[in-house]
Amino acid sequence: MQLIFEKSRAGRKGFALPEIDVPITGALPEKYCRKTQANLPEVSELDVVRHFSNLSRLNFSVDTNFYPLGSCTMKYNPKFTEKVAAMEGFSGLHPLLPQLLGGGMLAQGSLEVLYNMERLLSEITGMSAFTTQPLAGAHGELTGVMLIAAYHKHNGERRKHIIIPDSSHGTNPASASIAGYDVVVIPTDKEGFLDMRSYKQALNRETAAVMLTCPDTLGLFNPKIKEIADLAHAVGALMYYDGANLNAILGKCRPGDIGFDVIHLNLHKTFATPHGGGGPGAGPVGVCEKLVDFLPISRVVRRTDGTFALDYHKHKSIGYIAPFYGNFGVILKAYAYILALGKSGLIEVSENAVLSANYCLARLKDYYALAYGKSCMHECVLSAARQLEQGVHALDIAKYLIDKGFHPPTIYFPLIVKEAMMIEPTETESKETLDAFIEAMIEAASLSKTNPEALRLAPLSMPVKRLDETRAARVPDLRWQPK
Amino acid sequence: MTIPEDLLYTKDHEWVNIDADKATMGITDFAQNSLGDITFIDLPKIGIQVKQSEWCATVESVKAASDVYAPLSGEVLKVNTELSSHPEMVNKSAYEAGWFAVIKIADLTEKNKLMNFLQYKEYIESLSK
Repeated sequence: MQLIFEKSRAGRKGFALPEIDVPITGALPEKYCRKTQANLPEVSELDVVRHFSNLSRLNFSVDTNFYPLGSCTMKYNPKFTEKVAAMEGFSGLHPLLPQLLGGGMLAQGSLEVLYNMERLLSEITGMSAFTTQPLAGAHGELTGVMLIAAYHKHNGERRKHIIIPDSSHGTNPASASIAGYDVVVIPTDKEGFLDMRSYKQALNRETAAVMLTCPDTLGLFNPKIKEIADLAHAVGALMYYDGANLNAILGKCRPGDIGFDVIHLNLHKTFATPHGGGGPGAGPVGVCEKLVDFLPISRVVRRTDGTFALDYHKHKSIGYIAPFYGNFGVILKAYAYILALGKSGLIEVSENAVLSANYCLARLKDYYALAYGKSCMHECVLSAARQLEQGVHALDIAKYLIDKGFHPPTIYFPLIVKEAMMIEPTETESKETLDAFIEAMIEAASLSKTNPEALRLAPLSMPVKRLDETRAARVPDLRWQPK
Repeated sequence: MTIPEDLLYTKDHEWVNIDADKATMGITDFAQNSLGDITFIDLPKIGIQVKQSEWCATVESVKAASDVYAPLSGEVLKVNTELSSHPEMVNKSAYEAGWFAVIKIADLTEKNKLMNFLQYKEYIESLSK
C-alpha cells in the first residue's frame, strides 16, 4: 500500500483559496520562515478520502474481530456507554466550572458521578476510598507507590525497597523505580506462585511494599495470598494490588478484605471502557483507611445539605497528579457500565471470563504445553515448547492466527514462560467464536508437524507479509523522506 | 550450546574471564539464545563502580528487555562500544566479539560465588527440566 506522500503529484490540489482582496503588509520576519521544504503531499480531496477510508478498513479492533490479547482484557465496549458520555450535560461542561465561585452548583451531576463512582469502586474492592484522577493504569500505579512513600515518610520511616514477583507486569518495577525505590525480584516456584522461601528472605523492615497481581499473569490465584499479606504487615510493609486482573474476581473476593492497602484499577479492562487509541484510559486508585489522607487533591466531598463540592484543603495529600478530575468521560462510561450490570451482572462477568478461559485451556491442552497448573482464572498461558521441536515459535503461530482473522494472543509474556502464549478470551465472546479460534490454534499445532514452513511464512493474506522485526528495531525507518 | 571451560558463570547467565586484576564480562550463549535477536544494548559508563549481582547493562531483544548484572564488583575500565552499532555481535559471538565490559576487580574473593563451566552446564540442564 502506498503512503499518501507517494500518491503526491506536483500541482494537484484539494482546495482553492479565494484571491486576496486585502493589501499584503510586508513579509514574515526571516526567523519565522522555514529553511527547508515542507514536502506536504499534493493530492486531491478524493485522493485523501480514498486513502484514509482504505486505511480505516485495515484497522483491526474488537468491534471487527476476536482479540484474545492476554493481560489486556480486550473485551467488547458496549455502545450505550458512549451514548451516556456524549450527553450534552456531561460533554459540554467546562472543567473549571466546579472551581468557580458558585460554579459547583452547575456541575452537581458530574460531581455526583465522581462521588458515587468512588463509593462503587470502594464497595467492589473492599477499600475505604478512591481517587479517580490517574489517567491510566501505569499512572495509577505510580500514584499508588507515591501514596505508600508518603505514608512511610509520615511515620518517620525510610524504607528502601519494594518486593515484586518475576511474573509481574513490567509497569510494577517501573513505577517502584520511578518513585525512588529499589526493586527486589522474587522468583516463581514450581507451581507458578511466589516462592515463599525467597519472599521471607527478602522481606524486612526496609520493605516499603509488596506489589502483587492476583490472579497473577499466569492466570493463577495464589492460595497463600493471605499469608503473604500477613507477613508483609508484620514488618510494617504495605500490600499493593495491581488490579489489572480484577475482572477475574468481581463479587467473589475483595482485595481489601485479603489485606491489600493500595489498589489500582484499569477501567478499560475490568469495566469495559475503550483501550488505547479508542481511549484514553483511567486508572483509579483505592486505599485502606490509614492512607486516605494522602490521596491526591482535589477530593469530591458531599456537604451536609447533600450537595457535592471539591475539597482542596488536604494538608497530608501528595498533591496534584493530573489536571482536573481524571479522564471524566472514561469514568462516566465505566460508571454507566457498573450501574447497568449491577451486582449480579458483575459477578457473571467474572464467572464467564473464567469459564471462557478454562474452556480454551481444556480444549487446547492436548495440543500445547501448559505453563503451570491444570486450570486457570480469566486467562490461560500455553507454551509453544512442543512446536519449538519442529522449529516453530510462538511468533509463527501468532502470525498464522492473523491470517485466520484473529488477533494473536500475547506472546513471550510472562517472561518466565518459554514460548509463552497468553490467551484471554473475556466474557463477551460466544462459544462459536471461541470454537473458531480454538480450531485455528489446533490447525497451527498440526501444521507445525506437517508443514512448519507454512507457519514461518504467515501472514500471507495481509497487505504486508512477515515483517523483519529485528531489522525494524535495529535500523528503524521512522519517517518518509523525499528521494 | 557452547560453554567455554576457562570462564566463570553467574546464575543470571553472565560469563566472566579473570585476568589478574581485570575481568572481562558478557552474557552466555544460553542467554543470547533465549533472548533471541538482540536489537539494543545499554552499556555502563566508563569509570562507574558496579557491584556484584547488581545492574551493569540492559539488553533489548525482539522479545524483551533484560537487565545484565555485574559478575564481580569493581570499576568499569572499558566497554565494547562496537555493540551500540552492532548488537547482533552478541548473538553471533557471545564469548568473543560480543563482550560487554572490562571491570577492575575490587574483591577477588567474590569469585567464590561464581560457577565453573561444569556447574553452569549442570545449572542450565536443571532449568530445562
